[in-house]
Amino acid sequence: MATVDLKDVRKTYPSGVEAVKGVSIAIHDKALCVLVGPSGCGKSTLLRMIAGLEAITDGAIAIEGKVVNAIGPAERDIAMVFQNYALYPHMSVYDNMAYGLRNRGTPRDEIDRRVRATAKTLELDHLLKRQPRELSGGQRQRVAMGRAIVRNPKVFLFDEPLSNLDAKLRGQMRVEIKNLQRALGVTSVYVTHDQLEAMTLADVLVVMNAGVVEQIGAPLDVYERPETTFVASFIGAPPMNLLPVAALPSSITSAAPAGAATLGFRPEDGTFSDHSEQSQLSLAAEVEGVEPVGAESFLYCRHADNRLILRASGRTTVEPGARLAVTIAPEKMHWFDGEGKRLS
Amino acid sequence: MAEPSMLPPASGHDKLMIGQSAAGIYLAHAVLILGVVIVAFPIYYTFVASTHTLQTILRPPLPLVPGSEAVANYSEALFGGIGRIGGVGVGTLLFNSTVTALGIALGKIVISILSAYAIVFYRFPLRMTFFWLIFITLMLPVEVRILPTYKVMVDLGLIDTYAGLIVPLIASATATLLFRQFFLTIPGELVEAARVDGAGPWKFFKDILLPLSRTNIAALFVILFIYGWTQYLWPLLVTNRNDMNTIVIALRKMISFADADTEWHLVMVTAILAILPPILVVVLMQRWFVRGLIETEK
Ligand SMILES: Nc1ncnc2c1ncn2[C@@H]1O[C@H](COP(=O)(O)OP(=O)(O)OP(=O)(O)O)[C@@H](O)[C@H]1O
Ligand SMILES: [Mg+2]
Repeated sequence: MATVDLKDVRKTYPSGVEAVKGVSIAIHDKALCVLVGPSGCGKSTLLRMIAGLEAITDGAIAIEGKVVNAIGPAERDIAMVFQNYALYPHMSVYDNMAYGLRNRGTPRDEIDRRVRATAKTLELDHLLKRQPRELSGGQRQRVAMGRAIVRNPKVFLFDEPLSNLDAKLRGQMRVEIKNLQRALGVTSVYVTHDQLEAMTLADVLVVMNAGVVEQIGAPLDVYERPETTFVASFIGAPPMNLLPVAALPSSITSAAPAGAATLGFRPEDGTFSDHSEQSQLSLAAEVEGVEPVGAESFLYCRHADNRLILRASGRTTVEPGARLAVTIAPEKMHWFDGEGKRLS
Repeated sequence: MAEPSMLPPASGHDKLMIGQSAAGIYLAHAVLILGVVIVAFPIYYTFVASTHTLQTILRPPLPLVPGSEAVANYSEALFGGIGRIGGVGVGTLLFNSTVTALGIALGKIVISILSAYAIVFYRFPLRMTFFWLIFITLMLPVEVRILPTYKVMVDLGLIDTYAGLIVPLIASATATLLFRQFFLTIPGELVEAARVDGAGPWKFFKDILLPLSRTNIAALFVILFIYGWTQYLWPLLVTNRNDMNTIVIALRKMISFADADTEWHLVMVTAILAILPPILVVVLMQRWFVRGLIETEK
């Protein structure tokens, strides 16, 4: 039962930078928790505090219910996969995987058994004698994973492990990581700034911004009910359209709850028709650009001074310069107050 | 001799040189061969002189080909002892020089790698102060601090000992800086991976830092061994007894100002023997040496 609990965790670097400003997350056993947020929001800092590589300024981190604030990384029984893999350059793949076990005093034959078994799962068996510099990026990534798995730790920590791979390999490894994590049933914390990676991997999605947690929830819940305008614009590609209430026709704002300052709607939730069909309940928009990506097309539009993006499935006949009438079903509208907080 | 076609393919860098035309290649070789002749001829001539009797050497001109006395001269120098330095054999001198040069080279490497390790990987009070202190000693070579150092050695009773020969030359700001620069290129993630893998400070040093530094260590060893081997001023001061002299000092002592007193054939033998160990070290460690200078493994 390896749970990870963060209680009001804070980090202020000696330089005075407040990187993490009070984060509380409860990760249950066997869950894959993804921390996502823009660059510099404190994701790595938080992960490194869980690993024990960075001292905790305030708050408490507990693994399996036991507070580990004062315990070093080796004794926390965690394993970490680093962004640049951090393989030992002078050791063979085998030794890279065996090193942690040796330091723990695991018997030699057991090390051998575990390394070979792990290598087999990751299809690394034929590479065991190679040195890291003789491997491709994807293979190095696997070795880094292997080094974590072979230790059979309580918690896996991943810091953007796929960011150095090309798009195709990244997609492939993403599926593989997910399957492995399921199969091994090891509680994991995964850091990324790629919202697609976050959405597809997470059991629990934690969206961070500027050192604080904006929202925690299941990926689709977060997508469907963003709690703040930040989450709305960060999760989803292209992001949710956000329009100031002041710019909207009164027919639409009449549906708004009291105190609403911003209307949000997903690109796929705006249905559009030709300008001539403009009605009371629609927004006038002018198309500025069309981006066909195959299965769908994105229309980059302007309403008054605000930009918005619409999604059309398949090919579209709409040309730049066209004028559209955009209609949004009331249940697809998201309302936010002046501080960016969700209303109702 | 070297045909143009036997040269390795020109890298991008070579294109900047004249090595593209046949004439250029011959010119380059001519210059190199001339250089080799200028450097090698005196050494060859010393060797020739070491194989003749004293009488032959003293009666010019000295022949250009080796004589018949090689075995006699070398065994006299090595095992018979040389009169002008109190009958000490060249074997003893070689031993003294080897101990001194090895001691200086290894001592410098151990001290500097440990200081660099502390400065780069530990946070302790006055860390930068220590770094600058080490850095400043670059400006204080032995020659500058020779009197106080000599006094200390006398007070400690280290005159005519190996410790006296080695210890004052061991501290090395240059080597410390070199290791520091190398350690700074080691990614922080690697250090952290080792910590997660349960490697403490000592294990990290032994299992990761040391193997990664081995080409650097080899290159430094070559440079420092030769530095130690060719020391003159300090060994001259700190050794009085003939059997504690290094070979370089003994060589100087063997030469008298009155030509007739000098056993030139033995001087030549000693000179040749004095050159051999550094050459041996360079040849044996050449591969490592070059790798250490040009390549950083990461
Ligand atoms: N060692 C450090 N000393 C001082 N400030 C630091 C240190 N490490 C990180 N910071 C600062 O803390 C903040 C959070 O950094 P962190 O590395 O956690 O961001 P991140 O969310 O992982 O970003 P990225 O996606 O770019 O990796 C940043 O403002 C960064 O400048
Ligand atoms: Mg980061």
